[in-house]
Amino acid sequence: MLRMSWTIFLKDVRMEFRGKEALNASLAFALVVLILFSFAFDPTSEQIREITGGLLWILFAFSGVLLVNRSFVREQSNDCLDVLLVSKVPASSLLLGKTMANLVFILLVEAVCLPVFSVLYNISMFQLPLWLLGVCLLASWAIAILGTAFAAMTVNLRLRELMLPVMLYPMIIPALAAAMYLTNNIAAGKVPVGDDLIWVRLLVGFNVIFTTLSLGLIDTILVD
Amino acid sequence: MAVLEAKKVSKFFGHFPALRDLTFAFKAGDCIALLGRNGAGKTTLLHLMAGLTRPTDGSLEIARRVSLLGHGIGVYDELSARENLQFFANLLPVKVDVEVWLEKVNLREVAGAPLREYSRGMRQRLALARTFMGEPELLLLDEPFTSLDDKATALLQSLLAEALARQATVVLSTHQIPEAMAHASRILFLERGKLRYFGPCPDEMLGDSTWIYRTYGAVS
Repeated sequence: MLRMSWTIFLKDVRMEFRGKEALNASLAFALVVLILFSFAFDPTSEQIREITGGLLWILFAFSGVLLVNRSFVREQSNDCLDVLLVSKVPASSLLLGKTMANLVFILLVEAVCLPVFSVLYNISMFQLPLWLLGVCLLASWAIAILGTAFAAMTVNLRLRELMLPVMLYPMIIPALAAAMYLTNNIAAGKVPVGDDLIWVRLLVGFNVIFTTLSLGLIDTILVD
Repeated sequence: MAVLEAKKVSKFFGHFPALRDLTFAFKAGDCIALLGRNGAGKTTLLHLMAGLTRPTDGSLEIARRVSLLGHGIGVYDELSARENLQFFANLLPVKVDVEVWLEKVNLREVAGAPLREYSRGMRQRLALARTFMGEPELLLLDEPFTSLDDKATALLQSLLAEALARQATVVLSTHQIPEAMAHASRILFLERGKLRYFGPCPDEMLGDSTWIYRTYGAVS
């Protein structure tokens, strides 16, 4: 199963880096929003510190949808999805490979946006680099796994660009809330300890539950 | 030993019966021409055989290694011919030499170029290589002769002959009866979702390919 997931992952990464359609769109959207908000808020104010996590994770969730939306659309041209399913590639391998590829794309957008955010808003995001990396990995996986599963569900819908965010955002609220809280702490240079660790546990638990559910249900989603 | 066995299979889309009470079995080495007018249920039946959709009623047992050539060619425009074949070869349970297949479909010299630069014929030859490589037990081909030039048709005929020689089972859904008759050992004829004929190719069809439509099809 993992070998097939790896093969799907490599293919998706290669195709995206060749065309860069989704990556360019997502990155451009994220940077434009960051720049626009930098005009709206005073970068020296304390208020901006309080909304750092919220701004960043809403931005990453929105730009992430632009990336995950392409996952199964990519398979639709020339009926490639049918060929994959017929060749007995387990649907769970397909989902896992595509989720890993989407995770890489989302992390790339974050890797570009975080330094830009630091400069524009005068907030150092890299005081606790390992914590930042951990939160980014966990929250991005939440967006990637649920986003990819919903992308599979909406791939045949005419209004899939609209339906995907409508279905996804309410579901990832717990993960985003945890990521926002932890990111605020990281931006303030505070290591999450004691009661704050419940947000880390929430992120881990969310990922375990929804990864298991998505991998278990994807076969039903893809084969009618 | 049946490669594919259908027992009282029905498929409904809402209340519309696309297929009704189909019972048949294919053996290793069979080449079945799946015939019927437009809307008879050929593509739905192929999708059922491919496992892309589930029957509403009845049961369908399918071979483990199936390959499909549908209306879409099933290859990625952003990748080269070599990358496409290598990708699909990596998903197969058997080892496949991609270079041999590139040579076989005469694409080796252009194998590194992205597919969007290929002509329609070249893309179809690549699709044939993707479909036939890895020696699948069951080959499902939906209108495989449509818009093939003479060279590609000859290539498809030779690949079909090779597959049948190694006892693969082939299902050909087609309107081009003369090409299908070159290989078909049995005919499965559908009319409005119902199985009207399943058996050996009737002698009457050798000289008159439309005989089956007139004999087993609806009058109008």
